Amino acid sequence: MRRFFTLLKREIRHYFHQPLAYIVLFCFLLINGFIFQLGVGALNRAVSQTTVIEAFFDSILLWFPFLLTFPLVTMRLFSEEYKLGTIETLMTAPVGDLAVVLSKYFGALAFYLVLWVPTFLYFVIFHVVTGQAAAQSFSQYLGSYLLLLLVGMFYLSIGCLASSLTSNQIVAAVVSFALICLMFFLSVVTFVFPSADRFLGDIVYYFSTIEHMADFSQGVFDSRPIVLYVSLTLFTLFLTFHIFQHRRWRS
Amino acid sequence: MIKVQNLTKRYGSVTAVNEIQFEVGKGEIVGFLGPNGAGKSTTMRMLSCYLPPTSGTAEIAGYDIFRDSLRAREHIGYMPENVPLPQDMRVDEYLRFRAALKGVPGRRIKERLADVCELCNLTDVSRKLIGALSKGYRQRVGLADAMIHEPELLILDEPTIGLDPNQIRQVRDLIRNLRRHHTILLSTHILSEVEMTCTRVIIINKGRIEVSDTPENLRSRLTKEGEILFEVNASDPAAATAKIKTLPHVKSLNSHRTQDWTRYLIQADEDLREDLHNLAVRENWRVRELTRRVATLEQIFAEITHKEDI
Repeated sequence: MRRFFTLLKREIRHYFHQPLAYIVLFCFLLINGFIFQLGVGALNRAVSQTTVIEAFFDSILLWFPFLLTFPLVTMRLFSEEYKLGTIETLMTAPVGDLAVVLSKYFGALAFYLVLWVPTFLYFVIFHVVTGQAAAQSFSQYLGSYLLLLLVGMFYLSIGCLASSLTSNQIVAAVVSFALICLMFFLSVVTFVFPSADRFLGDIVYYFSTIEHMADFSQGVFDSRPIVLYVSLTLFTLFLTFHIFQHRRWRS
Repeated sequence: MIKVQNLTKRYGSVTAVNEIQFEVGKGEIVGFLGPNGAGKSTTMRMLSCYLPPTSGTAEIAGYDIFRDSLRAREHIGYMPENVPLPQDMRVDEYLRFRAALKGVPGRRIKERLADVCELCNLTDVSRKLIGALSKGYRQRVGLADAMIHEPELLILDEPTIGLDPNQIRQVRDLIRNLRRHHTILLSTHILSEVEMTCTRVIIINKGRIEVSDTPENLRSRLTKEGEILFEVNASDPAAATAKIKTLPHVKSLNSHRTQDWTRYLIQADEDLREDLHNLAVRENWRVRELTRRVATLEQIFAEITHKEDI
């Protein structure tokens, strides 16, 4: 256990030793700030039932920078170690394969949380400036951020998987981006074919991150997406673990 | 300390290491010699629990490298070829991380760090980024990392490659000093290094162990065997050749005539210079050269490793 935390600490530190982390953080906040401002602007123009938090989280714009962050956050996790050869020193230290995989995953998750924490300030600032609440209830905040955490957990695990496959960071980034987009844009199918088969529609709805966010940002907690994302995450991590082990066996 | 039995590693259809067997006792310094691609690195990687063997077993300090891998790793300090290191950490930070990872208790890390930095002459650069270090320093960081958890066994894959002669000497001295506390298995191309530091030499070629002996034994084998160059002016060259051939210990003989002089190249497994001299005096030959060429470890190495398979 102590070794896991040593590794985790190293992973988290590693992010902040690199300029990429700050560039991602900066761009992420800038773009999200812009999206937030657009949402508030839209609410200003017309009378609406939507709250500020819905305008921000339940906006299609939110997802573009969102999807891009995952490949950037996860591409180096394994690939860099393969490339530098440090995987050899790492795996000849007395640490288990599982500890290595999990430390990398949780390191990425920690950085992902750091990305989102400052966005809460938007709502605080909104509240301070306008004197109005950004949401009707606290559960809207809770729901929105919980869903971001769940979706993030899953997409980060996809990123881990892609990175464990190759020693080339660019390849890892492209593979993870493609997989994440594939998962994400499943939900767009319902927009493109609104009259699709009812059964198909149900399945797509079950996988649709956009629909989940529509619910969660209203403070509606649905247990199905929670189960979905947690189980998909566990499955993907399981795959990552086996691919990681297999690489050494095969070599 | 190390017990290897029928260890084999195949990469697809290529057999990199073929059923090797050897044992290394506590306190030995074993030099692993072999040409590129002989299977040195693969063997070391298997022993350090990085690569799983295709078949066969090995034990490190009594722990099986496959079944008790984590335990075995605790007893090994491994420095891979080319010393892969993260570029973005400071030397002390990296060593502290490695110490914690290898299970050095928190209160002892500081002390261990100071010890290995002093031993490897890293104290001056301990606050520098690893990415900014020269090759020699990186090598020493790798060595410090291998030693930080006081392992009983050090496995060093080409510890002196790419270093300048001064640095090579420093590393060699360091290795010799380590002998008191560690068992060492090191691989190298540099034969003189093996002669100077190792208590035993294992020559490996094409995945098989060809020789496993002490440098002294190898050397005594070398001093006996050798080529003798003998150039004489005899009245009857054919008779002279026959006479030389009848000397004991002569294995083979080549002759080459230029006018009156005959040049012999004699392969023998004893030093025959005195006998040849006596013969020449007896027969009244005029001698203008009598030299012995001692085979070096290098030649033995070349002979062993160039031998073609049947």
